[in-house]
Amino acid sequence: MSHLTDLPTWAAVIVCGFVLLGAAIALIGSIGLLRLPDFYTRLHAPTLATSGGVILICTASMVCFAVLQNRWVFHEVLIIVFVIMTTPVTLMLLGQAALYRDRVEERRGVPLKQKPLREETPDETKE
Amino acid sequence: MTELAIIWSILAAQIMIGLAMAFAAYRMVKGPRAQDRILGLDTLYINAMLMLLTFGIRTANSIYFESALIVALIGFVSSIAFGKFLMRGEVIE
Amino acid sequence: MRTWFPYPLLSLGLLIIWMLLNQSVAPGTIVMGTILGVALAWVTLKLTPARSHPRRILRTLAFGASVFLDVIRSNIAVARVILRVGRRAPNSGFLTVDIDIEDENALALLACIMTATPGTAWLEYDRGRKSLLFHVLDMENEEVWIRTVKRYEAGLKEMFG
Repeated sequence: MSHLTDLPTWAAVIVCGFVLLGAAIALIGSIGLLRLPDFYTRLHAPTLATSGGVILICTASMVCFAVLQNRWVFHEVLIIVFVIMTTPVTLMLLGQAALYRDRVEERRGVPLKQKPLREETPDETKE
Repeated sequence: MTELAIIWSILAAQIMIGLAMAFAAYRMVKGPRAQDRILGLDTLYINAMLMLLTFGIRTANSIYFESALIVALIGFVSSIAFGKFLMRGEVIE
Repeated sequence: MRTWFPYPLLSLGLLIIWMLLNQSVAPGTIVMGTILGVALAWVTLKLTPARSHPRRILRTLAFGASVFLDVIRSNIAVARVILRVGRRAPNSGFLTVDIDIEDENALALLACIMTATPGTAWLEYDRGRKSLLFHVLDMENEEVWIRTVKRYEAGLKEMFG
């Protein structure tokens, strides 16, 4: 771990702060997953880790590698973009699946499916 | 002084992410219904990816980045497959 | 031109991703990335995705900045809700709002934005009624949430014109 001592102080402060803050946000998200009462509220918990945690820790990693190896290639951006693009898809699908299952089991407190609007049918009575 | 601060803060961050992984795993094992388990698994994948990134910072090895990307990819695909299965009862229709 | 580059932005994005993955700007990497980008754009042509033409780059940047600020703000708000959940249960609930967006891609972008910001989760969109069902973690006043969604809708409508 000797290389980390090569970091100048300003970079060290940034890396430390971002990593600690990101990890704390991820931990809070998981605590939410543990403590929130029902599924729909738990659905909000992982977004903390995926938005705040991933952005902060990837930024810290970018700063660290850029300063240490003087290599201004930000390939951590790929992880940020990928996670931000994919997590909503997963959560939307899970939310829809949960809604569907709850409706099939007829649980209480779940909004019912709205009846589809009838298409404007031409009057069939008068011919 | 700065080296101690960096080493300890990264260690503390790893402990926090490890705790987060433990909570997600608890939700995955305990979770009253199937969708809770899948949500726990998804969170576990994300936190594992963050853990790999902190290892990458600690050892200044960019191989951890590649594994973090692969973990993120596999986590996404598996969560999507599970979600689809919950909705339709089959993965590929 | 269209036959060779059916989706120029997609090809360019794939080229950038390929260069980032290889971490080099050597000519060989660029050639390989260009070949991959063009070939994958042809594959995408078979899927026939809905085309849309975003305009007004400056407006898009401003919209992105406002979404980013919202993400930070709602991160803090949701963290606060989670930390005090032992003392006070969050009054979460479902909300419906009418959304009038025709463009498929704008709708998908709206879904991604709403799910990515902690605190709101997109659940169901009814195409016939054009009404959206979403779940809110901390519903102190419904008006604020509905106004937020309306603001996103207005921004997206401006962008996709």
